[in-house]
Order: sequence, then C-alpha cells, then structure tokens
Amino acid sequence: MIKSLKIRIAITAVVCLAALYFLVPTFFTQIPSPWNEYFPKEKIHLGLDLQGGMHLVLEVDADKALESMVERMSVDLKESLMADKVRFRRVERVKGAVISLELTEAAGKTALEKILNEQYPDLEIASSSTREGGMLVDLKIKDKRAVEIKKLTIEHSLETIRNRVDQFGVAEPEIIPEGDNRILIQLPGIKDPERAKNLIGKTALLEFKIVDDEASLEEALRGNIPEGDVIAYGTRTDRSTGQKGTQPYLLKNKALLTGASLETAKVQISDRYGEPNVSLKFNSQGAADFERITGENVRRRLAIVLDGVVHSAPVIQEKISGGQAQITGTFSMDEARDLAIVLRAGALPAPVNILEERTVGPSLGSDSIQQGIMATIIGSLFVILFMIVYYRLSGAVADFALIIQILLILAVLAALRATLTLPGIAGMLLTVGVAVDANILIFERIREELRAGKTVRLAVDTGYDRAFITIVDTHIAGIIAAIILMFFGTGPIKGFATTTIIGLVFSLFSAIFVTRVIFEYFTWNYNIKKLSI
Amino acid sequence: MSMELIKPGINIDFVGKMKYAMAFSAILIILGIGSVIFHGGFNLGIDFAGGSIIQVKFSKNVSADQIRESFKATKLENSMIQQFGVNEFLIRTHETFSDQKMLAVNVEQPLGAAFGKDFEIRRVEVVGAKVSSDFRSKAIIAIILSWLAILIYVTWRFEFRYAMGGILALVHDTLIVIGAVSLLNMEFTINILAALVFVIGFSINDTIVTLDRIREIVKRNPKQKLGDIINLAINETLSRTILTSLTVFLTLLALYIFGGAVIRDFTFALLVGTIAGTYSTIYIACTSVLLFEKMRLPKMARKK
Repeated sequence: MIKSLKIRIAITAVVCLAALYFLVPTFFTQIPSPWNEYFPKEKIHLGLDLQGGMHLVLEVDADKALESMVERMSVDLKESLMADKVRFRRVERVKGAVISLELTEAAGKTALEKILNEQYPDLEIASSSTREGGMLVDLKIKDKRAVEIKKLTIEHSLETIRNRVDQFGVAEPEIIPEGDNRILIQLPGIKDPERAKNLIGKTALLEFKIVDDEASLEEALRGNIPEGDVIAYGTRTDRSTGQKGTQPYLLKNKALLTGASLETAKVQISDRYGEPNVSLKFNSQGAADFERITGENVRRRLAIVLDGVVHSAPVIQEKISGGQAQITGTFSMDEARDLAIVLRAGALPAPVNILEERTVGPSLGSDSIQQGIMATIIGSLFVILFMIVYYRLSGAVADFALIIQILLILAVLAALRATLTLPGIAGMLLTVGVAVDANILIFERIREELRAGKTVRLAVDTGYDRAFITIVDTHIAGIIAAIILMFFGTGPIKGFATTTIIGLVFSLFSAIFVTRVIFEYFTWNYNIKKLSI
Repeated sequence: MSMELIKPGINIDFVGKMKYAMAFSAILIILGIGSVIFHGGFNLGIDFAGGSIIQVKFSKNVSADQIRESFKATKLENSMIQQFGVNEFLIRTHETFSDQKMLAVNVEQPLGAAFGKDFEIRRVEVVGAKVSSDFRSKAIIAIILSWLAILIYVTWRFEFRYAMGGILALVHDTLIVIGAVSLLNMEFTINILAALVFVIGFSINDTIVTLDRIREIVKRNPKQKLGDIINLAINETLSRTILTSLTVFLTLLALYIFGGAVIRDFTFALLVGTIAGTYSTIYIACTSVLLFEKMRLPKMARKK
C-alpha cells in the first residue's frame, strides 16, 4: 500500500474525475459546441432487453454451398467430357458433395484424370471400381479446399448480411461470427422484426432460365421429366377473381444468368397499374450475356426465378440490349424495397437457418429500464440508509465510496462500450452488496479492536490490515465465478457477468482504498478520541 | 453506543449441532431431488429445451381461456398460457418458428381475429434445438467449472480440507436452489443458471471470511482443539455474516419486488441462494472441516 496520503488522495481524485469525464455524454445529451470536442462521444450502450430490438443467431448451411458448387461442376464436367470425347454413361451429383460417374471404357480413367488435372484442380478421385464394360468413379472436392470453401462461405454470408442490414438502415447493428458456422446479429430498436428477418434470411438467389416449351408439362408433372429439365412453381393471381394459385413451369435446369451479374436494383412504380416493381441493371458482362441470351431465344419464354420460385416468365419478343430487366409481381411497396436491397447486396452463398431469436418490443424495453432504475434506487437507498443507521459517520464514509463505485462502473461501461442489460443492473446492485460486505467486515473488525482497547488510529489501521486479505480473497473468488459465466453467457447473461466483474474490481477499490484514505485523512490530521462507528 | 445486532462475546456451539444441521440439509436436498424425480425431470425453459415464448399485452381485460380459444386450430393450440402481469400473458410452446411466416399465421392473425387491435406483442423468444442443446451442455460445464475453479483457488489460499468444506457448501447451495425451483415447479431458465453461479460466488465469499478467521486463530493459538477454533471463528464473524446476508437479502428483495417480471425468477433463485449460502457457511462449510480432519484427508502445505 502506498504510504503517502497525499498521493492516495490524488489517485482517488484522478480516478473520480476520469469517471465523470466518461459519463458526460451519458448524462448530458447536448454539449455546447466548443466543448463537445473535448468529451467522448460514447454513451452507455443499453442491451436489447432495455431498448428493444432483435437478437438472432443464424447458422450458415455451408454444406449446401459445397453441394451446389459440386452440382455446377458436374454440369461443367459433363461438357468437358463430351468435348474431349471421353465416353460415359452418366455424370451426376449423388448424396452430399460427391460426383458419381460411369465411364464406358476402362481407358477413360486416364483421360478423366487428365481433364481433372487441367481444368478441375479442386476435384479428386475418391474411389473407383471396374464394372462390366466400364468404370465407376466417385469424385469429391479435395478436403483442404472444402474447408477453405466453407470458410469463405461463412465470410461471404457475413459480408452479405452486413450489406443488407446497412442498406436497410439500422442504427448500431452488431453482426459478428460465432463459432464455426454461426452468425450473431443484434439489431437495436427494430420496429418490424418479421420484415428484418425476411430481409436477412432470404437467400435471394436470382436466376434466369429458359422455359422448356418443347416438352410436355403434363408429362413432366406425371414424373417423366426430360433430361436437363426441372419443374418450378410460381404464384398466379386470377385477374378476375383475385384468387391466388400455384402455376407449374418446366424449365431448362441450366441458369443462363444469375444475380451475380447485376450492377444494381431499384424500385420503380409501373405506369399502368401504379404497382411497384423492381428494375434490374446488369453490369457490362451481364448486359452482353443478356443480349446474347435474349437474341438466341427469341419467341421463347425467359423465367425469372428467385430462390426457386418463378416470379414471371415473359416471352422474349426481340433481342434486348442495354442490360435492363424488370421483376414484376404483386409486391407491396415494402416487399419491393426489400427485394431491391437483397438483390443489390447479393445472394447468400448458402441458405441460413435461424437457430435463436429474441425480440423485445420498445414498450417492454422502456418498462424494464424504469423497473431497473427503480430497483437500483430503492436497493441503493436501503443500503445507504442501513449503513448510516448502523455505523453512523463511518457508514456515511462507506456510502460515499459506494456512490463512487456506482459511477465508476457506469463510466467503465461507457468507456469500454460494454452493454448494460437488465441482469447487468442486477449484477451492479449485487456488487454494491459485496462492497457493503467489505465495509461491514472492516467496521466489525475496527469495533473489535476498539473493544480490545486500542486507540482510534491503531484500531483503524489494524481493522483495515486484518480485513484486507479476506476482502481480496472474497473478491477474487467472485471474479472467478463471473469469468466462468462470461465464457458461457449469451446476451443478457454476459451483461450480468461483465458488470459483476467490473463491479467487483471497483468494489475492491472503493472498500479498501477510498474509505481508508478518508479515515486516515481524519485520524491522522485530527486527534479523534472516539470514532463514530 | 453503537448499534449491535449480534452482541460481542456471543458463544453458540455450532460444531456440536453439526449432526442436526447435516440431517436437516440432507432432508432438504432429498426433498428437492424427490421433487425433480416426481416432476419427471426439470421443467426446462426454452433456453435449455427449445421452443418459443411470446409475451402479449392486452389493452382490455382478457382471460387465458379467451386466448386459448383464439388459438384453436393453430400450432399454438396446445401451448401453455400464463398470466404475467396486468392483462399481460406469456404463451409458451415447443414449436420453434424457424419459418418467418409462422409467427404471423399462428399468433398475429388469430389474436387479431379475436381481439382486434387491443393487443401488442412485446417479446418473442425462439430457441432452436441446436442452440438449446448447446446451452444444456454449457450450463453443466459452467457449474462444474465454477466449483473446480473455486476448489483450486481455496486450496491454494488455504488447505485442501478447508477447500473441500467450501465445495461441499457450494454443492449444497446449488442443490437447495435447484430443489426450490423444482418444488415450485418454476422453469429452469438461463437466468436461474446465472443465479446459481452468483450463489456459488456469494457462498464462497462467506465461507472464505470464516476460514480466514480460523486460520488467524490457529496462528494465534496453535494448540487449541480444532473444534473449538472453528466454533470461535464462526462466533466472532457471526455479526458480519448476518449483517451482510441481511443487506444482500433486502437489496435482492427490492429487485424482486420492483425489478419487474422479466427477472423475477432470477431474483427468486438469488433470494433462496442467499439464505442457503448463509446457512451453509455457518453449519456446513466450517463444521465439515472437522469431519474431513477425522477422515484424515491429506494435509497440504499451509500457506499465508
């Protein structure tokens, strides 16, 4: 312990001033102009339980991203094999991310290996076996590359979601990766949680596919889907009755163009019905592709497919240059706006699942703040009163230290940008209890020493010295418990652990440093015969 | 004259009553465990079991039956509906509305049909199976880790047999709180878990104070019988133990009454834990040191 009382008083004063400095933005919302540059900007952050908002934990299905990548590769591989005249019976993606292919000549394997080496460095042969008149080969993505792809998928998803939330306009959103494949999202003050969830969770994979009008849709619906085709559905609204139904389409499986070729997307109001639609503008490569595709497919229908659902399938009248297209449909204004946002921000590379959702409405949040403040005031007042009644002037000294402690906790919360939650308020109040305990420990000790006949100055000294190690031990044990909770915790619980740890540190400071400075100042400078304790 | 709740020089034979205390604790713990078995396990909240909670506030008088009626033929038909405040209700279900539109279809539309605009959805919590099973394993790890960490710390600061006494008290307090939660058929939520860890911290706090006193008396008077030393230490610190517990208890009571319904289960567990913690410090932690002494647990080097 530092011997010089002056230095200790100085330390106390500096710490208190620093605390007040960091609390200025929390207590004064408007600081006049020449002064506001000198003060920090950070207020105390309120948790979602206090200000309302949404907490989401998403899981990125990275395996799906791998699967669709392998799916695309299998289509390309088929073309490569044909180009190199390697004879095969079938090439397809089977369960998971494995391409199974059947070669009709045993010699084909060498040719396949050559193609893989030159054009598909990510693929390797997982197993192969001879069949009558051919070979059965399973291909898979190299393990190292698969891990890389999954990691990239998570990063890309995170980036996409950040973009979407930014464009949606949420103040101080928090979007952070959690564990291997999870994303934690905190959106304070969100008004329409359903809409936000839709915006974040939508894969938004936009694809342009040609409708296969040559084959029979009826046949396909009966189960005879032609090679290379798929069935997709769209909604259809009967103009006369207004009833909604589903409309099946038979599409060529290969996507000719995707949302990746977009430059931008925005909402437009159609002239005829005043309905909102989303207008798309392709980037230069996309515009060239679009011109070529429309040119090659005049008189056929081009389906605009979003996340597997056909939005519209207009007939291509002529080659379209200029790189513009429209998605029409029966959108509300909000739906059209959100669709434009997700298309601008890009598709998620993999589907996401919501694992956890917690939404608190703003009214419940403000109720909780009021109750929290009320409980803190009543609890603290009670403690303050008790200390004065039981320990008189010494109790008042302890109370002074308690108030400093509360200010210090709030200041550190503001400075560290930590979050104050409802359990956090409880934690703060509890550490006030711990600080009171430390004071009780010291005061009971001083009383014991006084009863044993020691002078005031000696009793204070011995009281503090004897209680010191006990207080340190109890605080460390408490901090250990709180740190464990911190590792475990989510949202509100983490808030409880954070304020408890901060609170315990300052409880230590206030109980064994601040009060001692005050006691020693008086006992050293004045000849006190009888201590009010 | 200063105020004194506990007169100095008080001398209660705590060690002598050890057997009764142990029996009393054993009864409480067996009662708690019996309740857990009787209820067929814990009444796990959605954090640990998965499911959804929807908090709805109505602007007019509404009964739980009316709400149940409105949920007929939706996925919430078999949900638990519980009054939570004035015209405010909690709806619990095992459904996890992972699909976005589910909530609208199953909650907003039926409520809208039955009550018009007289309601407000104030809170929605949905926890899926993966997260809840994560929470379950993490909860058990958190509790056991905090026991272990404190065991190591107290062993390092004192002696192994004292640490064992402290841990026995912690396990005791944890079981009592869990038992009380089960007896009242309260939900075991993540808040209860936080309360348990806090109770562990609080209980060891009390225990360390008394252990410190034991160590001090041993140093002063090494020849004295251990039983007498422990008794003296508990009596000398009794005033502080009771005062602290009382302040913490009353502060918690303020939180319990004024802190709102959202954290009421949390503060309830803390209240029970405070009582259990104080009792276990006096009757379990220190007296059991004597038991371990008789069992001749290995003594570790005494440290200051």
